[in-house]
Amino acid sequence: MDEANIRASKDIPPAEVADVELYHAKSFWTKYVFSQDAKVIAIQYSGTAAAIGFVALVLSWLMRLQLGFPGLADFITIEAYYQFVTIHGMIMVVYLLTAVFLGGFGNYLIPLMVGARDMVFPYINMLSFWFYFLAVVLLVVSFFVPGGPTGAGWTLYPPQAILSGTPGGSGAGIIMMLLSLIVFIIGFTMGGLNYVVTVLQGRARGMTLMRLPLSVWGIFTASVMALLAFPALLVASVMMLFDRLLGTSFFMPTLIEMGEQLSYGGGSPIMFQHLFWFFGHPEVYIVALPAFGIVSDLLSTHARKTIFGYRMMVWAIIGIGGLSFIVWAHHMYVSGMNPYFGFFFATTTLIIAVPTAIKVYNWVLTLWRGDIHLTIPMLFSLAFIVTFVNGGLTGLFLGNVVVDVPLSDTMFVVAHFHMVMGVAPLMVIFGAIYHWYPNVTGRMLDEAMGKWHFWVTFVGSYLIFFPMHYVGLVGVPRRYPELGDSAFIPDSVQMLNSFISLAAFAVGFAQLLFIYNVITSLRRGKIAEKNPWRATTLEWQTPDMPPTHGNWGDELPVVYRWPYDYSVPGAAEDFIAQNDPGPQPAGETKT
Amino acid sequence: MAIALVLVLVVVGSIVFHIFSPWWWTPIASNWGTIDATLTITFWITGAVFAAVILFLAWCVYRYRHTPGRVAAYQPENKKLEIWLTVVTGIGVAALLAPGLVVWADYVTVPDDAVEIEVVALQWQWNYRLPGADGKLGTVDNRLITFENPLGINPGDKAGLDDLVIEADALHLPIGQPVKMLLRSIDVLHDYYVPEFRAKMDMVPGTVTYFWFTPTRTGTFEVLCAELCGVGHSFMRGEVIIDTEEDFQIWRDEQETFASLSES
Ligand code: HEM
Ligand SMILES: [Cu+2]
Ligand SMILES: [Cu+2]
Repeated sequence: MDEANIRASKDIPPAEVADVELYHAKSFWTKYVFSQDAKVIAIQYSGTAAAIGFVALVLSWLMRLQLGFPGLADFITIEAYYQFVTIHGMIMVVYLLTAVFLGGFGNYLIPLMVGARDMVFPYINMLSFWFYFLAVVLLVVSFFVPGGPTGAGWTLYPPQAILSGTPGGSGAGIIMMLLSLIVFIIGFTMGGLNYVVTVLQGRARGMTLMRLPLSVWGIFTASVMALLAFPALLVASVMMLFDRLLGTSFFMPTLIEMGEQLSYGGGSPIMFQHLFWFFGHPEVYIVALPAFGIVSDLLSTHARKTIFGYRMMVWAIIGIGGLSFIVWAHHMYVSGMNPYFGFFFATTTLIIAVPTAIKVYNWVLTLWRGDIHLTIPMLFSLAFIVTFVNGGLTGLFLGNVVVDVPLSDTMFVVAHFHMVMGVAPLMVIFGAIYHWYPNVTGRMLDEAMGKWHFWVTFVGSYLIFFPMHYVGLVGVPRRYPELGDSAFIPDSVQMLNSFISLAAFAVGFAQLLFIYNVITSLRRGKIAEKNPWRATTLEWQTPDMPPTHGNWGDELPVVYRWPYDYSVPGAAEDFIAQNDPGPQPAGETKT
Repeated sequence: MAIALVLVLVVVGSIVFHIFSPWWWTPIASNWGTIDATLTITFWITGAVFAAVILFLAWCVYRYRHTPGRVAAYQPENKKLEIWLTVVTGIGVAALLAPGLVVWADYVTVPDDAVEIEVVALQWQWNYRLPGADGKLGTVDNRLITFENPLGINPGDKAGLDDLVIEADALHLPIGQPVKMLLRSIDVLHDYYVPEFRAKMDMVPGTVTYFWFTPTRTGTFEVLCAELCGVGHSFMRGEVIIDTEEDFQIWRDEQETFASLSES
């Protein structure tokens, strides 16, 4: 389809798949608990992720308490610190961000945005959530097993992960962690298949792939990637579980623990790292691509302007998704793998910077000559651009093999990944919640509280993580519960650490305000108009708002145009909905 | 409007912080000044891009913020601009990558005159082995490790008998002499990390890894572990002392060989 036809045409292909009758819930249980409606599942996913994410937030406070004010809280032993680091990192990456973007936004937005009544396999979709829920339960239970949860770091590197020098290594902690991951992956696979198949098979008439909102493109590509990447983690987890429980030696070489020969031999610890990062690097983009997509839609809607370079944006998403499978060993430059790999992985890693930069330019150029409404979603989107550019640029340090050598495993790395995959995607999540809350609940979130939440979170996060790079430059390694007496670390680093901790507490406090806002606005929020942001995409064009079971009432929508018809010259309003046959855009002659 | 101002402040504040930061890398004590140089290049290029993008963003927010009657431009694409930006980005990335790969080629190419020294890590201490009079390290096997033979040196290999064994004590090295650090671990992953040397590498049980460097400054430097290795990770510290050639010889002559250790 050529470019003009992407944007609008009145030719509508005939329906390929007949509209089907949906499963209708008959009781409270099947309507709200074992629900098969993607919108309910989305809320279940998001709520569970938010709850466990709150645990991760509290753990980060405890870590910052220890780092900023060592010795103040003596219940934070070294063992406890390592357990906090590990569970915090694992929750944030897997159980919060992955679950919210794919299980939460994926479930809510895909069917609505592509014009489907629901996911293609609603029953599997329900199972997906309950597996996820079980995975979270297993993770929580690991806090209460003898020895406590694992303290092996979120990377779970063997041999230490399953030995007694590491918290939870010889107890049940690591076993629970691996089981939880295995259950998570099974659950995700069911959900992921749904997201992919629904995008490919469930689209409304006229909704060609090149007319999908970028949110859907981001979530779709991330789901495909996750389906290909998570199996590597599954395999690694199962093998490590065997090493731990059955005495196999997949990852365990001959070794002497505390003076004693263990019966392991012949395995390769580096092999685990390859498997882990074959999953782990794509994982970064599994979190980032949905954020890229969603922020594109937020920027376009709130700046009343077409997204700049839509097709380039789609190709950049696909290109990044593909390339991200051949960069994994940039996490392993100093792992002891064959050092000649460095040339290859540094090159592929820096090549990814190009499509990523294009995305940044296009977001900024979307704002250029726009009509920028400084709503809360817009503010968070701007904050995303700042933190993502910052974190992306420090990625060029760590990706460029030799520059990584002095920085790897220092606090510079911690600062980098928090900026790029912690703070930046969270900014998008917040922006998206303010944006779609009225679609879910029919009410607006409180704007005054939203402003506070935004300012403290954005400025605070920058104050936490920007200076942290310099702690790493000095040479302070990551995963150190305290600085210790080191001649090369000036005393002022401890002061900086205290400052960072204070900023972290402030940011944490702002999240309480946000939670309060989300809960109280359910009842007290201003009633939302039907399409409060005057957006073009289908989720705002349902007959009822909030959309009801089946989304579209009697008739499925028909799509006539791309999702970015904002401020079309000559149009009556500054947006034309995707299902509006409306006037053709200016200068349009083709049919 | 506050947001445009804050965006400018983010850029200005970051640059000012960078310039006046008392927190900076340690004075170098090895030949890897080239690593610092690539790091500096990277700071310049990325700093410029950061400032340019965020300042332009701030200007857009200021200039195109909603006011009654403003209408956004309708501009879905601009091929020329997109291609131009892609090319410029490609050049910038190449300018970062090229020097990086050149220095990496040095990093992985050990000079012929480097002497080999072995570091053996375990939870949570550093041991060392230096070649004896024959200038060669004997073979080792982790399965031979006992209380008396903590490094697992093969007693049947003559080359190993005169190896010097340093247990949980400082390592001395002569200034100006390239060294190839052979890295072994007998239990879990560790990482031999001396901030002033810039170089580092993980130690992996079951295999021998390496890096090389030339000390360029005498003094005492701290060794840290940079790969999580259990609860003692942050306490796993040691010292490496860079001596003049004469001081190094004196120290060296005081060390015990594997043979004398096994006898006692
Ligand atoms: C205000 C919010 C946050 C604060 C204050 C915070 C703080 C910390 C701290 C202090 C550490 C340990 C550093 C160390 O000793 O090595 C850490 C580790 C980590 N954090 Fe966060 N964090 C926050 C949010 C996030 C988010 C949103 C993510 C999501 C990507 C995240 C992912 C991680 C990961 C993956 C680790 C590494 C765990 C490991 O070393 O095994 N954090 N964080
Ligand atoms: Cu990566
Ligand atoms: Cu360690």
